[in-house]
Amino acid sequence: MTTAILNPSKSPSGHEPADGPLAQARKYSELFQRSEIDLSCRYPVLAFFVSGVFWLLVGSILAMLASIKMHNPHFLSDWSWLTFGRVRPAHLSTVAFGWGAMTGLGTLIWLMCRLCRTPLRFPAMLVIAAGTWNIGMICGTACLLTGYTTGIEWIEFPLWVGFILFVSFALVGIWAMYTFGARHAGHVYVSQWYLFGAIFWFPWLYATVYILEYLVPVKGVSQETIHWWFGHNALGVFFTPIGLATIYYLIPKVIGKPIYSYYLSILGFWSLALFYNWAGAHHIIGGPVPAWLVTVSIVGSMMMFIPVTTTAINHHMTTYKNFGVLRYSPTLRFTVFGAMSYTVVSVQGSLMSLKVYNEPFHFTHHTIAHAHLGLYGFYTMVLFGALYYIVPRLTAREWASSRTIRFHFWSCAIGILIYFVLLSIGGMIQGFEMNQAGDSLFKLMHSHGWWTGTKLFVEGFKYKNGAVPFIEIVENTRPWLISRSIGGGLMALGHFAFAGLFLVNLLGIGPKRQGPTLLRSDEEGYRKALQGDEGTEHDEPSEGNMARA
Amino acid sequence: MNYGPLIFLGVFLTFTAAWVGLVFMPNAQLKDVQAAVVEGSANTNPRPYSGLEASGRRVYVAEGCVYCHSQQIRAGSYQADVERGWGPRRSDPRDYVHDYPVLLGTMRTGPDLTNIGSRQPSSAWHYLHLYDPQMVVPGSIMAPYPFLFEKRKISGQPTPDSLKFTGRYAVNAPEAGYEIVPTERARALVGYLKSLDHTYDLPPLEERK
Repeated sequence: MTTAILNPSKSPSGHEPADGPLAQARKYSELFQRSEIDLSCRYPVLAFFVSGVFWLLVGSILAMLASIKMHNPHFLSDWSWLTFGRVRPAHLSTVAFGWGAMTGLGTLIWLMCRLCRTPLRFPAMLVIAAGTWNIGMICGTACLLTGYTTGIEWIEFPLWVGFILFVSFALVGIWAMYTFGARHAGHVYVSQWYLFGAIFWFPWLYATVYILEYLVPVKGVSQETIHWWFGHNALGVFFTPIGLATIYYLIPKVIGKPIYSYYLSILGFWSLALFYNWAGAHHIIGGPVPAWLVTVSIVGSMMMFIPVTTTAINHHMTTYKNFGVLRYSPTLRFTVFGAMSYTVVSVQGSLMSLKVYNEPFHFTHHTIAHAHLGLYGFYTMVLFGALYYIVPRLTAREWASSRTIRFHFWSCAIGILIYFVLLSIGGMIQGFEMNQAGDSLFKLMHSHGWWTGTKLFVEGFKYKNGAVPFIEIVENTRPWLISRSIGGGLMALGHFAFAGLFLVNLLGIGPKRQGPTLLRSDEEGYRKALQGDEGTEHDEPSEGNMARA
Repeated sequence: MNYGPLIFLGVFLTFTAAWVGLVFMPNAQLKDVQAAVVEGSANTNPRPYSGLEASGRRVYVAEGCVYCHSQQIRAGSYQADVERGWGPRRSDPRDYVHDYPVLLGTMRTGPDLTNIGSRQPSSAWHYLHLYDPQMVVPGSIMAPYPFLFEKRKISGQPTPDSLKFTGRYAVNAPEAGYEIVPTERARALVGYLKSLDHTYDLPPLEERK
């Protein structure tokens, strides 16, 4: 009996009543164990989170500069280090490798400890890793703004900066392997497979691309095949697994139910591992590369329907009966927004690899909108959900203001919707006009009315004869670029609001709250929503910190 | 699934398979591609870059031109590129043998530049356009590059390649006694842009035995 209390991961024998004293003791023992794990994670994970949020703010400012420069090219154009061609890669690198990777790694570390049921060991190693990563990011961003770049999209950082990031990642990787080996729980939860994959795949990916593009560069267009193998996989086998692992952990945790189907999660993981790796060359469809390569990647992209569908069923069916919780839980609202975006962006991504879709829209803003729905609508929103869940457990403080959380959510959600929808339309118009015969959509709509005009436009779209003068396409794109700045501005506003809230929590200067900070102060309704259609028993408060439990 | 080694093996094998397919195989197929020798001469198509053009290419990379300009002509069913006048034929792996990094690009906020040297051979046009694109092409959203130029007091004769603000550009001219002169970086960049000409014919690629 004592062993059962000391080792709470053992399953109940079945002879005791579910609410008996032993079950109670086990429950509190588990809660104690979790709070011990959270406490051990405090400094390393917060180091990653604080850095991540810092780079998010830097990246948002760079994004706004780049976006405004697209429709007002003379804006701050006298300074060479703020020219569009430098600010844009600096934006990508700071949000992807600063915000995305650092916050993602912080989440990964915390999830690893929670799922392996072991307190975090060697915290100093991780704090050093976070410091090293920041040094790399500062050097890299300075390099890009001074025009010192490799010129290869997604790996603009010079070799030595890449090396710094690699060393930092290696520290986290070694730590994660050690923690995985020292796990207490017998069962390996689906989130851990994804995290395991991300930890293993990324260094291989990163080392390959730097060696073959920089150290011993391959000749000619092979560079581009390797480049896009990396570019696509950075999303597919690093950011996506971390995002999915987080969703797989947070949705069941908050609503207190197991995932919908264990077998679907196995299928989803292995089909992702098998097919995502092959999709890279769909970025160079029509380019000067062997036809078989492009075909293989289109097949890989289409096969992605399997992991995407299974993951979507699993995520959405788990949420489905407790949809009401979205009205209360900040964590769930951000996470489910991310999960929904993942489904949409993945279906779109697969379709985009088809030639009929790719041909008109490949070189347009349509692709940019798609990329943002992926890295922002999905990945970033999920990370926000993770931050709302994890941070109170690390600082033992509730979020100071439910109003700020609501502002953060709506500002970012509306921002990304404006960004995605309007820029996608703008990109489609741009693509049609670049590839069609005859007059532009606007001209036809102006002279024939919107319905006949659209019909004439579609009929004239035969991939023939670039008849619309290029400068006219540029002018027609401009209003959509302005709408991008508006959407982006809303997102940036949300980021600054969140950063303020985060700072207040870290410093502990906000009002002291007793209960969890919900989106509406109606705990009774929250409890009802959690019960959903079937009553559920919670083993852990779904929002708020452990100190109260 | 409770077995770490099993997960590891699966994760390793799936990744290796794609690595062989998308990294190793294309390189094995393309690594022997050479520039085409022009019959009856020692020249090749494409020719190697001169020193000036190579350093201009570094300026092109540093200023991030690739984020708005592609360097690839699609063809086959993709006829629009050719009919738009961006190039007479589809781009070929041989067109890129001297390029590092290869700058295929992913975006056409601006036009494709594979053959900009043959479309626009005038240095004077390129200088004016880089200095202030909106002056030369009204409605353009291209970034201006005033920092690639310097304003100097004219002493004696004006510099030969200083910007010519004649005709409709006269309103943009600096005050009397001054001139706008391209820096070394601007000269190199324009040298590179003018070298971008892949309009030559290529013999069909030999089948690998």
